[in-house]
Amino acid sequence: MDPTIPILETKDLTHVYSAGTPFEHVAIEHIDLSFRLGELVGLIGHTGSGKSTLIQHLNGLLKPSSGKVLFRGEDIWKDKKFTHAVRGKVGLVFQYPEYQLFEETCWKDIAFGPKNQGVSGDELDARVRRAAGFVGIDSELLEKSPFDLSGGQKRRVAIAGVIAMEPDVLILDEPTAGLDAAGRDAILQNIQAYQQAQNACVIMVSHSMEEVASLCSRLVVMNHGAVSMDGTPAEVFTHAEELTQMGLSVPQVTTVFRLLRERGLDLPADVYTVKYAVRCLAAWKEAHQC
Amino acid sequence: MLKDITLGQYFPGKTVVHRLDPRTKILLLIVYIVAVFLAQSFLSAGLVLAFLIAVTLLGRIPFKSMTRGLKPMLIFIVFTAVLNLFYTEGGTLLVEWKFIHIYSEGLRKSFFMVLRILLLVCGAFLLTYTTSPIALTDAIERLLNPLKKLHVPVHEFAMMMSIALRFIPTLIEETDKIISAQKARGADFETGSLIRRAKALIPILVPLFVSAFRRADELATAMECRCYHGGEGRTRMKVLRFARLDYAAFAAGALLLAGVIILRHFGL
Ligand SMILES: Nc1ncnc2c1ncn2[C@@H]1O[C@H](COP(=O)(O)OP(=O)(O)O)[C@@H](O)[C@H]1O
Ligand SMILES: [Mg+2]
Repeated sequence: MDPTIPILETKDLTHVYSAGTPFEHVAIEHIDLSFRLGELVGLIGHTGSGKSTLIQHLNGLLKPSSGKVLFRGEDIWKDKKFTHAVRGKVGLVFQYPEYQLFEETCWKDIAFGPKNQGVSGDELDARVRRAAGFVGIDSELLEKSPFDLSGGQKRRVAIAGVIAMEPDVLILDEPTAGLDAAGRDAILQNIQAYQQAQNACVIMVSHSMEEVASLCSRLVVMNHGAVSMDGTPAEVFTHAEELTQMGLSVPQVTTVFRLLRERGLDLPADVYTVKYAVRCLAAWKEAHQC
Repeated sequence: MLKDITLGQYFPGKTVVHRLDPRTKILLLIVYIVAVFLAQSFLSAGLVLAFLIAVTLLGRIPFKSMTRGLKPMLIFIVFTAVLNLFYTEGGTLLVEWKFIHIYSEGLRKSFFMVLRILLLVCGAFLLTYTTSPIALTDAIERLLNPLKKLHVPVHEFAMMMSIALRFIPTLIEETDKIISAQKARGADFETGSLIRRAKALIPILVPLFVSAFRRADELATAMECRCYHGGEGRTRMKVLRFARLDYAAFAAGALLLAGVIILRHFGL
């Protein structure tokens, strides 16, 4: 396998909902993106900018109105079998995934995905336990009904259900929506741990700039169905003005630094995590003491 | 996608037909149905058809969406046509081949049956295409108001109907989402034996029921929090009132009915 070929690629991807009716709506237009193994990508954009539509194309749930999606260089709509196989290789966790739980026990629910891929026996059990481990679900919880768990635990079981398929690309649609701070941090750490352990490509849709800033190595910004920025967090957050115009925010520490710079302090413009900010301030203090 | 089902869908608009009082439209539909059943000749059926086309044009409803709505009825229509064609006797014998006999009366009857079905279905479509479900239930409640005297819980029925109508799209959307989510986990709904396919529905039905009950519960709580107490003494924000337009529509309906009755009287 040639490592220079992106694991997932979109070519001039366009999707029109309800084409040919009065409700026709162009959700995404001319999207060209590529993703590589080992990347942790944050996908951000205001509500309705087409994020969910885009990610449903990446594992073949939606068929492009025009354009292509390539998995390891091959069109995922090449034939039915391949599309089905890609769904196991590109795992998609929907928003509020806890609403899709249905089995009697957590173990069975997590096993649903790998079982559909044809995994069985000891290998199945091993996969379920490994996936549960990644999301921090104890083995005694595995025998419980998913409907008896707390909201955060349900969410983690649902995510484990996708991780158990051991996808090369893991996509999560707003995985932390509606969780408290502790639940949020736990899930983010789980995601990062999975990404590093598997050297997988993880794409995370998020509303929180702090979240993506501290976690992701690359940010893709969507606006009105098109990609408007694509780069490292440092590159993206220097365009604070444009982001605000798109209805997005920047991390609070970035705003603080922008205001400080406006008052004439010579601080860098690419500050987006508190850690880096502390270092910059220390350096600035040092430079101005002598 | 499930969402693209058009049967009985509302197409928002601002035309004369859209602006009519929903009660007028329901009453007019009843008048129209009576006219369809009274129309026995080509001339009077033509009159009803002309009325239908006129309203379709006034409401700017694309003919394409009419025909698309008719598609699911196709088998039923063909079945009716064939039955009437072969099992009616009378008039002159047109075709005689082995056990098949086709009479001129059969031809005529099957033609009228099909025409009648088409006229009825399209008429009903016109109502649902140009009237939002909420307006419809509102109108039905008002029209059934006299039944309250007989202690029929009209308001409660209307409320249940509007809640049901309100949640159909939500549930369809939800079903779509759940199907996608399970497909993403490798679920396969399209292949395998009948039993396998029925079993494949469990991952959809369980979450769907769970969420429907959750929604019902939340809605009930929300209504109680706002002190909902049924129809007694309730006033409306938007009171339905007949306007000049509605009287004109009634006049058109009366003309249609009178025309059909007169034609029938003269045996035309
Ligand atoms: N199933 C659908 N049918 C019709 N329009 C849709 C559907 N899903 C999303 N849309 C529309 O497509 C646009 C993009 O939606 P979405 O991808 O969900 O955005 P995001 O996830 O960024 O909030 C929105 O304007 C939305 O109204
Ligand atoms: Mg979304």
